[in-house]
Amino acid sequence: MTAPQLQTTRSCPFAPPPEHVQLRDLEAPTKVTMPDGQEAWAVARLEDVRALLTDPRFSSDRSRPGFPVLVKQRPKPGMFRPVLLTMDPPEHGPARRAVVGEFTVRRMEALRPRIQQIVDEHIDALLAGPAPADLVQALSLPVPSLVICEMLGVPYADHDFFQNCSTQMLRRTTPPEQRAKAADEIRSYLRDLLAQKRAHPADDLLTRQLPRYDDPEDLVGLAFLLLIAGHETTANMISLGVVTLLDHPDQLAALLAHPALTPAAVEELLRYFTIAEFATSRVAKEDVELGGALIKAGDGVVTLGNAANRDPAAFARGDEFDVERGARHHIAFGFGPHQCLGQNLARLELQIVFDTLFRRIPSLRLAAGVDDLPFKDDASIYGIYELPVTWSAP
Amino acid sequence: MTKILADTSRCVGAGQCVLTDPDAFDQDEDEGLVIVLAPEPSDEAALERARRAALICPSQALSLAE
Repeated sequence: MTAPQLQTTRSCPFAPPPEHVQLRDLEAPTKVTMPDGQEAWAVARLEDVRALLTDPRFSSDRSRPGFPVLVKQRPKPGMFRPVLLTMDPPEHGPARRAVVGEFTVRRMEALRPRIQQIVDEHIDALLAGPAPADLVQALSLPVPSLVICEMLGVPYADHDFFQNCSTQMLRRTTPPEQRAKAADEIRSYLRDLLAQKRAHPADDLLTRQLPRYDDPEDLVGLAFLLLIAGHETTANMISLGVVTLLDHPDQLAALLAHPALTPAAVEELLRYFTIAEFATSRVAKEDVELGGALIKAGDGVVTLGNAANRDPAAFARGDEFDVERGARHHIAFGFGPHQCLGQNLARLELQIVFDTLFRRIPSLRLAAGVDDLPFKDDASIYGIYELPVTWSAP
Repeated sequence: MTKILADTSRCVGAGQCVLTDPDAFDQDEDEGLVIVLAPEPSDEAALERARRAALICPSQALSLAE
């Protein structure tokens, strides 16, 4: 019997596909068929996802043949060098430690005034321009892009170039050659940028990483990962968060009345959407018993993170959006040694954006129906391509 | 007395413990590794925060010893 196809699009923009929930509620993980025809185990209970992501018998190495992919045509093995995301022990630990000090809670908190300034400037510009406007271009994308550019030392003037490449890369419908070309273009851009930094050191993350890398190409990989992951995911969460809060006016009112609730609201949005759930796929290096299933060496595993983040065993009324829940045991940033490096930056950016946007533009509203919004059903990271909003003159 | 134990060889510097209880945990500047500032939770609330930090620690580097 062939395993059922993995559903990769959300039929309701605010919920995991019903098929994922059904898979989660089975007695044990079961196999699904991936878009390329290969089978993989679907793991969707929170406890099982946590066990999977902390078990060193599962590999993050995307070049292993059993590793599950979301696209119809597998990337050629050896196309990319290992980066943090794809490394296993013993290489992963030292590579992560070489950079994680740049992302400590204290270092992120020190960025608060600058992020606040960036957010304020973009809201000024939004208010000075015509309504309706596309919030993705006005706020969601530029804020995290500018922040990560300043941290890494990438000229923000080039943002159109790398945002365009990033969108093409993440769209599952982009033909494989075009996806590879977009990635190559960013790599080549970063290679030149790192050469400039070697000649003219600056006070930025990439310059500080230079002496840690024997092979410059490995640093190109890290820069690539940080640049793409650093803006794309947060941008999507800003847009989704704005839609969701506008769609729950009572909860938005509670948030405006009690700004101390904002961190909890951000956690709830992260849990509710789990936009990067397919980033935590794994492949078994040996036979492993997981949640009642025997996963054989070489088998791929996909995590249905959004369903896991609504698992009734871990979250009461998990399908409800509740800004006061504030639960932080979700796996929106993954779990285990690969958990998102930039999560505390993302939290800070989201908190500042939601705090500032609704306070400064209380009349903010959607200029399109929620059902008409172009949700990223075809991307490997969920989000919204365009978000028309309008407001009344203050 | 309950004591918080941190295994820095497992720690991956995610900072989740610091977010949970900044009075009990910190991160070193270079590698972001956990530093336990207050290894003995002083009251029930501090103990609950320590339990929570151990639960959400992505590398399961924290444990509580009775």
